[in-house]
Amino acid sequence: MASKRTGTKPRTKVTAETLSKKQREISVSEFFAKNRHLLGFDSLRKALLTTVKEAVDNSLDACEEADVLPEIWVRIDPGEQDKRYLVTIRDNGPGIVPKQIPNIFGKLLYGSKFHSMKQSRGQQGIGISAAAMYGQLTTGKPFSVTSRTGPRKKALSMQVLIDTNTNKPKTLNEQELPDWSLDHGTEICLELEAQYMKGRQSVDEFLYQVAVANPHAQIHYRNPNGETAFYPRTLSENPEPPREIKPHPHGVELGVLMKMLQSTRQPTVTSFLSSDFSRVSPQLASAIVKRAGLKPRSRPKTIVRSEADALYKAINHPDTRILAPPTNCLSPIGMQELLSGLTRGVQAEFYTVETRKPAVYRGNPFQVEVGIAWGGDLPADDLARVLRFANRVPLLHQAGACAISKAVNEVSWKSYGVQKAKGALPTGPLVIFVHLASVWVPFSSESKEAVADYDEIRKEIKLAIQQCGRRLGQYVKRKVRARNEQKRREIFNLYIEEVVQASEAIVGRELPDFRANLLSLARQKTELAELLDEVQAKPAEGEELGEQENVLIVDPDGEDDGEADFSAAARPSGVASQSMLELS
Amino acid sequence: MATRKRSTRAGRVDAESNGTPADGEDVAVPKKRRARKPTAKSLERQAKKLENERIKTQRIPARLDIDAKIGRLVTHAVEMAEKQVDPFVDIPVRALSNVNFSPRKKIIEMGDATQRRSLLNMNQARKFMQTFVVARGCQQLQAEGKTTSIRDLYYMSKHTLGDSDENTFDDQVESDPIIEDLEVTLGALREELHLFAAKRGSVVGPMTLIDAGDEIDLSRMGSGGWSVPGIVEPETIRFIGHEAEFILLVEKEAVWARLNEDKFWKRHKCILVTGQGQPPRGVRRLLYRMVNELDLPLYVFVDNDPWGYYIHSVVKQGSINLAFESQRMAIPNARFIGLSAFDPEKFGISPSVSIKLNDQDRGRAKELLAYEWFQDRKWQREIKHMLRAGVKWELEALSNKGLSFVTEEYLPEKIRSNDVI
Repeated sequence: MASKRTGTKPRTKVTAETLSKKQREISVSEFFAKNRHLLGFDSLRKALLTTVKEAVDNSLDACEEADVLPEIWVRIDPGEQDKRYLVTIRDNGPGIVPKQIPNIFGKLLYGSKFHSMKQSRGQQGIGISAAAMYGQLTTGKPFSVTSRTGPRKKALSMQVLIDTNTNKPKTLNEQELPDWSLDHGTEICLELEAQYMKGRQSVDEFLYQVAVANPHAQIHYRNPNGETAFYPRTLSENPEPPREIKPHPHGVELGVLMKMLQSTRQPTVTSFLSSDFSRVSPQLASAIVKRAGLKPRSRPKTIVRSEADALYKAINHPDTRILAPPTNCLSPIGMQELLSGLTRGVQAEFYTVETRKPAVYRGNPFQVEVGIAWGGDLPADDLARVLRFANRVPLLHQAGACAISKAVNEVSWKSYGVQKAKGALPTGPLVIFVHLASVWVPFSSESKEAVADYDEIRKEIKLAIQQCGRRLGQYVKRKVRARNEQKRREIFNLYIEEVVQASEAIVGRELPDFRANLLSLARQKTELAELLDEVQAKPAEGEELGEQENVLIVDPDGEDDGEADFSAAARPSGVASQSMLELS
Repeated sequence: MATRKRSTRAGRVDAESNGTPADGEDVAVPKKRRARKPTAKSLERQAKKLENERIKTQRIPARLDIDAKIGRLVTHAVEMAEKQVDPFVDIPVRALSNVNFSPRKKIIEMGDATQRRSLLNMNQARKFMQTFVVARGCQQLQAEGKTTSIRDLYYMSKHTLGDSDENTFDDQVESDPIIEDLEVTLGALREELHLFAAKRGSVVGPMTLIDAGDEIDLSRMGSGGWSVPGIVEPETIRFIGHEAEFILLVEKEAVWARLNEDKFWKRHKCILVTGQGQPPRGVRRLLYRMVNELDLPLYVFVDNDPWGYYIHSVVKQGSINLAFESQRMAIPNARFIGLSAFDPEKFGISPSVSIKLNDQDRGRAKELLAYEWFQDRKWQREIKHMLRAGVKWELEALSNKGLSFVTEEYLPEKIRSNDVI
């Protein structure tokens, strides 16, 4: 020690006392201000997307919760300075009580969703307030909120500034707006430093995908170039509202279990188990308590760590049989609704969808939906496009880290007539839509960009893709067969003419019967081959493609009349082509 | 045969009438097919009727002239079409599987196996069409009394089909085998079809002949020699006189030029021929006529490698692809004079001018060892020695011992000691 000291500069002695002067509480807002990448504000381009995304998520959640058919206006205007944009998002939701406005938009980790076991778009309650804070940090300007809670109430507008040290919002310029155009709704307007770019990770693309996954929502959009897009709703009903459930014992970790024991209102461990968890009957609760070696009537608050540990082990003991969590808390898009959404956004000729039965990972119920669109106007030589959704929210970043991408990659597409290079996405006129609905979507990071890779989840996604893939394979094979038939007929006719002409030249006279006989032979032969193909390729009874409810064939040639009628009804005529932005 | 056929057919009908009652009617009244739901079996049965599998192989009689033979192709197809059976051409197979070595005649002969080519078969339709297009071209040459190259015929016959983007032929390599198919199918020689391949090969020597009416003295041909035409039949080429004692076929043109410059043919009284590699049909036919009409021995002088051996073999026994021509081209008396695998040692040629055998050489050598016409003890010894040595020698390697070593020492010594196979 001493030798080290010699020759070095004198240093101030660091003691616990000096350190303690530096130790103080870090405000949450301050933490996030320094870790903006965790929330999706790591680049200028992403900041714009994240802001729109969080606002739209909130709007849709609010509308659905109040059972209002969502209508959303999104507008991005260039700001006064370079690299600044003004983002305005308005919805026809229930509105927000004035007192709560500053808290909802101005306080991090404040929200209604974090504590509930229920499927919703937002989860942690940091999204929109983080966006607001980002705007304030980069421009120094407050954001403004206008909200109206009913036709008899006046719309109230206010500006909000956040104190990043105390995580507390400050309200400015509160004023009533007498002639706001909506009966109820909320509008948030904020300026931020950002960059607008088109492409796969743009706001344009995001809203397009939102429209595909939310056929009941109507979306108006205007980008900073002045281009507009309008996605009219194709469904006039909101999805079944998801129900809130109690946590499932298998989804709870030891720490959480101890916290719940401390905060429960139940008098005994047994009643705590049976009434604070789902799928635990009083009998099962007694059995668990017995297995843990606890007294059935001991008070939850007196349980010590070792006892809680025993309880945790008893819950997860292989002999403790607990039913899978209830799944009526999930709200999948639904097959017909998904078909409707896909046809609204993707110009293909073959669509098929699959909604899997709910499954469970770590005690959390989840459900997978897959849709595949093929052919039509889709580019045939490009890699397939994968649209990833979690609770109806499009995921645009970190495709490589996502369980959905991994599942898509693991499927053997070749057996469905689709090309695929190793390690790459399948190639072809293909759009793959994957939706994961869950009470608690396991994201791989706070910015909610990729689904964490749980075996149970990946397996379900794969199964759903395979179900759709098999139907796609049937269709593609049928198509290839039809093309072969066509080619065969053309080639035979060409060759027959050539052979007849050569023969006539050789024998030096016309051979009309020869030609007629050959053509008739060729016709019989191809017809028989076609019939044979049809008979042999016919799937089992009731499995005919196009008659299934989860398949939609928009045949460009109108080969099957019945199907063509159906498609005309299902696809809103002209809408997609006229009013959709050119998104690429 | 007949009884077995009948019994299987009866069995089939039985099996189906058990299954669906409609099937019995299917056979009798094909028109009703549409009204009923066809089964895979009934459809297969109907498709079978259009096939030509049950029709026996059609052989075109050899006595007919070419015109009539080509006509037969057409009338046969017309008949089949009338019977509502898929028209076809039966083509003798030109492959190792269909050649036999006749130990008595010592030549390779073509077997009887044929291959059916049908019009209404996706895999054969194009070739069937091409066969007819080539036949038409040949018929046209007959009618006009003209002779042309196979390359010309390719251009004559090439055109676009209807308003498609498909051509009758895309390349000459597509039409050449079709011509050979037609030769074997019609049992016609190429010159009978008024066709010849690109000409190749030169001759010098103490000999006079008439070529298309012109008298040619082969001893006064300068450094280039007389070039051998594609067709050397008596109508074109007639031999007048000679003072030769043997014929020497040289694989390499460069070595042939060396021998010509040194006037080897003058000193040793021989006719000097080169085929520039594997000799074309014209050269082979000319050699055949010289050997048989002038009663001269033929020596073959080739590189010491499997390909050289095979050149000798083709001259001697005929080739697999043109086995049907062996009769009029193969020269069973042809002698292999060199380069033998044993020669470099005998003549003290430096190993530095040898070339290592590659995998392809080895593979080909092993194939030769297995051919029936290479079973001779001397040949097995020769080839195995080459494989053991692991090297091959080009004819030019002899020049390592001096430019005229080949003319002054090597060849005279080989002929004197009759060191040949």
